[in-house]
Amino acid sequence: MKNETYESSFQRLEEILAKMNDSKLSLEDSLALFEEADKLIIFCQKTLTDAEKKVQTLLKDRDGKLKLGEDQKPELKDFAKSL
Amino acid sequence: MSNSKSIYTVSQITQAIKRTLETPFQNISVQGEVSNLKMQSSGHIYLTLKDQDAQLSAAIFRGNASQLKRLPKEGDQVIALGELSVYAPRGNYQLIIRELQWAGVGELLLMLEKRKEEFAKRGYFDPARKKRLPSLPKTIGVVTSPTGAVIQDILHVLERRWPNFQLILNPVKVQGEGAASEIAQAIQDFNRYGLADVLIVGRGGGSIEDLWAFNEEAVVKAVFESKIPIISAVGHETDYTLTDFVADVRAPTPSAAAEMVIKEKKEMLKDLDNRSHRLKEQIEYQIKTRRLRVQDLKRQPVFYSPYTLLGQKMQRLDDMRTRWEGLGRKLLDHKKILIDAKKNQLKNLSPMLQIINLKQRLTSLEKHLKSLDPKNLLKKGYSILFSEKDSSIILSAKSLSPGARFYALLDDGKVFATAEQVKPNEK
Repeated sequence: MKNETYESSFQRLEEILAKMNDSKLSLEDSLALFEEADKLIIFCQKTLTDAEKKVQTLLKDRDGKLKLGEDQKPELKDFAKSL
Repeated sequence: MSNSKSIYTVSQITQAIKRTLETPFQNISVQGEVSNLKMQSSGHIYLTLKDQDAQLSAAIFRGNASQLKRLPKEGDQVIALGELSVYAPRGNYQLIIRELQWAGVGELLLMLEKRKEEFAKRGYFDPARKKRLPSLPKTIGVVTSPTGAVIQDILHVLERRWPNFQLILNPVKVQGEGAASEIAQAIQDFNRYGLADVLIVGRGGGSIEDLWAFNEEAVVKAVFESKIPIISAVGHETDYTLTDFVADVRAPTPSAAAEMVIKEKKEMLKDLDNRSHRLKEQIEYQIKTRRLRVQDLKRQPVFYSPYTLLGQKMQRLDDMRTRWEGLGRKLLDHKKILIDAKKNQLKNLSPMLQIINLKQRLTSLEKHLKSLDPKNLLKKGYSILFSEKDSSIILSAKSLSPGARFYALLDDGKVFATAEQVKPNEK
């Protein structure tokens, strides 16, 4: 499931729900779908909430230009919430 | 110095000046430029109003200062409403300001209207050009002052509502000289380095001059050209800047901007919870209906007394089985017979047997032939009657009459006799 994106997982979830609304499914099929959907939901929830909190600020030189690191990317440092 | 003239103490003269100054100069308006501005932590504001030739000390005490719609800043042209007051301990007089009005606001508003028209003509405010906010922003970019209330408000909301967020602040001046170009640059840098999925650009509330950077062409253009969707959060709900018009979404406050950024994520999470719930309900429903069906079935007579329903069928089944077996056996027997017959046929076809067969038939034919020889018949007790006259065989009783002479031929000789009586069979 690693290659799945949130969008594709969510779409599959929709499909499963639609299928399960159709009561012609056998119990075995329903249970299999249910299991798949359960995994998708967990994956989606994780995608949404899995991130480490990070608050950073860009560094600037005296002319107000962004400081760039060796990789030519802007330098960042942690930003402390004052008060 | 004459005695008739009174000698004042410092306090007395100061009191006299106070009376002289304060009474006629109550509730006056003074126009001047703000300088020497000092905002005290006590909440009082001290400043000097000046013009080309003179200056006047002034103070805004906390109670009035907190009522101000905007705070004065160096160089502001203001009209101060208040009264003169003598401050005895320092021997000076000052204007105690109750209200401030700004000069030149009308001109700025006029300029704002002109620019708005111009930018609208360029299509900067075209609703069709507005980008959708990303539903799953990974990093939120913020363009504002690092020391202002905006970043604090945003952080506060995010920490409360969506604890694991990622944010990059691009610290800028939000008012005064150079603010507009810094803000514009910050927006361009976020785009250039792809540092964020959504931007919040803003500052706290203030006067039209305070917010002026957000009406400058550089900022409006940068917002318009940004590939990253931008939420504007400039001033309070009642303050409008051109950045608000050009931004993809306008938030009434910085807190609201933060809410918008995570709104969809929040809804998605809620949506997922709903779906999860529905899914569980559905599967439970399916299991439940099946359980009920099983219970129903259990209540059927067939389960507590299988013979009620199945007895007949079982009997029929048995019958059928018997019939079937009988049929099978018959079929088998029939086949056997057929096979036997064929076997026999086969046997008969063997040449040896055919010869034996023919011999047998020959013998039996011989026997038959022999039995047909009349002499053989005589051996078995039959006899033949002959007429004595012409030795012809007598075949009918009618051919004899009483007294006629005949002889009977037996196996071993002849017997001569005379017919005494003739009795043909009645027909």
